[in-house]
Amino acid sequence: MIALLIRDLRLAFRAGGGFGLGLAFFLILVVLVPFSVGPQSALLSSIAPGVLWLGALLACLLSLDRLLALDFEDGTLDVLASAPLPLEAALAVKGFAHWITTGLPLVIAAPFLGVLLNLPPEGFGWLVISLMLGTPALSMIGCFGAALTVGIKRGGLLMSLLVLPLYVPTLIFGAEAARRGAIGMDVETPLFLLAGISLGSLALLPFAAAAALRMTIR
Amino acid sequence: MELRLSDIAVARGGVPVLSGVSFTLTAGAAMILRGPNGSGKTTLLRTIVGLQPPLAGKIEGAADTVAYAGHADGLKAMLSVAENLTFWAAVYGRRDIDAALEAYALAPLADRLAGTLSAGQKRRAGLARLMVTGRPIWVLDEPTVSLDVDAVKLFADAVRAHLRAGGMALLATHIDLGLTDAQVLDVTPLRAAPTALHGASDEAFL
Repeated sequence: MIALLIRDLRLAFRAGGGFGLGLAFFLILVVLVPFSVGPQSALLSSIAPGVLWLGALLACLLSLDRLLALDFEDGTLDVLASAPLPLEAALAVKGFAHWITTGLPLVIAAPFLGVLLNLPPEGFGWLVISLMLGTPALSMIGCFGAALTVGIKRGGLLMSLLVLPLYVPTLIFGAEAARRGAIGMDVETPLFLLAGISLGSLALLPFAAAAALRMTIR
Repeated sequence: MELRLSDIAVARGGVPVLSGVSFTLTAGAAMILRGPNGSGKTTLLRTIVGLQPPLAGKIEGAADTVAYAGHADGLKAMLSVAENLTFWAAVYGRRDIDAALEAYALAPLADRLAGTLSAGQKRRAGLARLMVTGRPIWVLDEPTVSLDVDAVKLFADAVRAHLRAGGMALLATHIDLGLTDAQVLDVTPLRAAPTALHGASDEAFL
């Protein structure tokens, strides 16, 4: 399992590996929002948590295409499926590697980009906490979506359609936690629900993804 | 230790392609599958490896004993040959890749990125992967594609050494490897009539 994690991380950081794709998209989105909304700092600070969460979600979605498709093309998935490592564990590891290369950089970059959107000072901590709790769910749900569509040529569109509704609860509770934190309200309820979604995804989706993958690689 | 197939039927894309396949492969033996393109050799091999379920019949002795080399090599273009092999060795809980590098004359290429290799060199690296798995049954689908004469000889030697060590090999190939005592199974008479089995669809989402 560790070997698979190391390999995925190494591949992501090598040329053409796609590390930084999500981060660059996130950066572009957040930098452009103030230009399109206009220089109204009060408006910006009220939409900042939502925009940052939306940016993180779309950045995650952007990189899902590569999660399994490359391994499918070069035959790695066939070999992994017949290897002693259970497919459930392999997919959980691949989801985790996706989180490290996509989710974690977003969590780290978010507070810096929050400055551009005039996020209120008390909101920074809660923004980071909500992203930290929510992005693992985005990666695991994405892994499941990728497993469902991996055998389909140009399956990216189908995957986006499948994954987007599954992302909605994470987005609602994540953005709500960040928004409440920014205006000094109680954040416990959305954070607990967000953590629940993430833990549930981590516990259940590797099995669902493995079952889907076994069907798609037939 | 043996691989036993009894009355196996397999389907490809919902269409039954082979039925009534039965054979037993014992330690140290090799079997060569022959048959024209599209006769179901690949589908049979993928079924034995466990990548798809058989329509009917029973496969014994294939769980956790087979290593599969299909049409794709399972190599990552941006990793070196040694890194690729080390990764696969680690997946199978092993470390040593030197024997595999030597058997396929890959030592000079060990530090090259797999993406920069020629098609035949890639294939050699893909075949070397079987050696690092330590699995007793090798299941090979057209292993000699894009190999030159010397490389085919390296491959045949590796298979012979594997058989001598008590391993087994199941190959679908069109060329003569010089494995003189291998059993040959011609799948042509076993082809299933397209309407042979109803409810054979393996499409999950239709």
